[in-house]
Amino acid sequence: METPLIEFRDVTKRFGDRTVLDRVNLEIYENQITTIMGKSGAGKSVLLKHIIGLLPPDTGTILFQGKPINKMRKGQWDRYRSQISYLFQNNALFDSMTVFDNVALPLRQTTAMGPKEIEKKVMARIEQTDLTEAAAKYPSELSGGMQKRVALARALVTDPAIVLFDEPTTGQDPIRKNVILSTIAHYRKKFGFTAVLVSHDIPDVYFISDRIILLWEGKIAFQGPYEESMKVDYPMAEEFLRSLEGFQDELTGLLSKQMFRARYAITLNERQTERTVTAVLFSVHFDLLVEALGHVAAAEVLKALGKYINTNFTPLGGFSVRTHTGEILAILPYTDFQEGQQLVKNFGEGLQKEALSKMEALTEAKIGIASCFEISVYAGITEANSSEDIDRIIGKARANQGIIAIHRCDPKGGGI
Amino acid sequence: MDTRSRPSAKPWVVPFHTIGRSVIDLVDNLGAATIFFGKAFLLIFRPKQFPEIVQQIYHIGARSSNIVLLIGLFTGMVLGLQLYYTLVKFGSEGLLGSVVALSLIREMGPVLTAIMITARAGSSMAAEIGIMRISEQIDALYTMKIDPVRYLVSPRVAASIISFPLLTAFFDLIGILGGYLTGVILLGGNGGTYFSRIQSSVDLADIRGGFVKSLVFAVIVSTICCYQGYFTHMRLDSHGARSVSLSTTSAVVLSCVMVLIADYVVTSILM
Repeated sequence: METPLIEFRDVTKRFGDRTVLDRVNLEIYENQITTIMGKSGAGKSVLLKHIIGLLPPDTGTILFQGKPINKMRKGQWDRYRSQISYLFQNNALFDSMTVFDNVALPLRQTTAMGPKEIEKKVMARIEQTDLTEAAAKYPSELSGGMQKRVALARALVTDPAIVLFDEPTTGQDPIRKNVILSTIAHYRKKFGFTAVLVSHDIPDVYFISDRIILLWEGKIAFQGPYEESMKVDYPMAEEFLRSLEGFQDELTGLLSKQMFRARYAITLNERQTERTVTAVLFSVHFDLLVEALGHVAAAEVLKALGKYINTNFTPLGGFSVRTHTGEILAILPYTDFQEGQQLVKNFGEGLQKEALSKMEALTEAKIGIASCFEISVYAGITEANSSEDIDRIIGKARANQGIIAIHRCDPKGGGI
Repeated sequence: MDTRSRPSAKPWVVPFHTIGRSVIDLVDNLGAATIFFGKAFLLIFRPKQFPEIVQQIYHIGARSSNIVLLIGLFTGMVLGLQLYYTLVKFGSEGLLGSVVALSLIREMGPVLTAIMITARAGSSMAAEIGIMRISEQIDALYTMKIDPVRYLVSPRVAASIISFPLLTAFFDLIGILGGYLTGVILLGGNGGTYFSRIQSSVDLADIRGGFVKSLVFAVIVSTICCYQGYFTHMRLDSHGARSVSLSTTSAVVLSCVMVLIADYVVTSILM
């Protein structure tokens, strides 16, 4: 069995009479994104602070690669610490320094890099977090969302092996939330760090997380892959998870997963004589979009696609859900398979003509002769009935997927 | 939670408990502040400290120079006035230069400079570090593997040790000129006598004494002000912005009191 990168064994932490962590046992694995969820004040930040050593446990042990961190020698402890980066909930930016200096500080103080090398690296991170125009500004001159991105840039500038994100998306609009989470996922793949984040941004956080840890009244109510997160032993904790999902996916305006499931069950029940429905799975290669257009524009494309699906299929009684970052499942209960095929064909043509051709107008897309891009939208249609669960329907639809709309940039201007 | 012992229910115990508690707190804080200074002092000699120290010399030293010079000038002028009229009564106005210079170099220069720097830069040290503490900026330094004491406290201690003697020297010099302005130019004393008396009466030991005092005051002021700001979150009497405000007040009051106490101790050792 794989050794956890970080492991908590019976960790207890009290503040006065209040027990925040009560014999907590958890595992965090290397090269994974682990998300910690829990009510406000449940001790999520306290848990993160234990990992970096800002707070010591009252009892219990924290292990790093199987070694207790409290028994590490100074050299080992320094090496451990130098691998970890922390993004604070309130950002903890140095308010008397500019954005550039904030991001550059860890490099200036802890590395032997020269000023030019530091400037290059800092500017790269600042550009990646869309802060180029704010580089010379002070944190107090920026919006809450921009401050969060400065903290993100500062946390990533040292190329850490473990990054702890304490509510990285708080105070962001839906696009930025998606951007920050997809940036974390993208960087995790690119740089190979282990991410531990505190976040409640469902569904995106589910899409990027390998494991979910639910902290409930000082104990671990659940830890494991998100698909299993509904098997929580604590009824109130389950209720809490459902309440987080809400009714709508903030980014696309489509249904939340639980609303989708409820609607799907109702649809099948109300049509007892005719129990077959048409399901269409739309998808885009989100990672390729990010590479080509940047995080913001990629999120905009996703939002536009969701909106377009909603506009086209809701009047027909259809309903949709995002099943992965770049994947949307639409159920068309009153459309048969042949009609559905024609509908998808027309939808593809309309999408190519109306929505995708507008992509070049996206202000933050990096479009030019040197960086041509392509957006392909895939769709797969299938029939589904009440005996099939949603994952099986997705699998069948995915097998039938083909390109229905494509947009390539034209070096001479205009799309193809 | 305050885990410290609580007074017994017996009323006659309460005064002893209060006094005992205060003494223990005082010894605790003195010990902690000494260790804090020791660590900060040793960390001055780590790499990458030079630019920070220069910046702090500008902030604590250069930017305090105007106010120190102004106070020095008026202190010297007042001394010139007061001492001239006093010495005239005994026909000893020729000693004006000696008295002004010795008062300033031995006593008033180091003490008043330290108090002025405490008011101007010491308060800002405590407030700045205190705000950094309550807004988690100090924790952020720790997470970046930057030792907060090395980055925030050591440069301020080093800059104080460099700036205090220099500003004290400026204070003495401008104070002597202030005494000349009132005693000689305004009241008609003899200018040549004024300076020749200074030359004949001021020894190197007087200057050394003033220099030692300014060094001691630099250590006291920088340590107390940084300590108060750094541990502002540990205050039992307040939280948040209020704790920063109280820490700043404590820093200034404690620094001034400790400067005056240390002045007596150092003087008695040097005499």
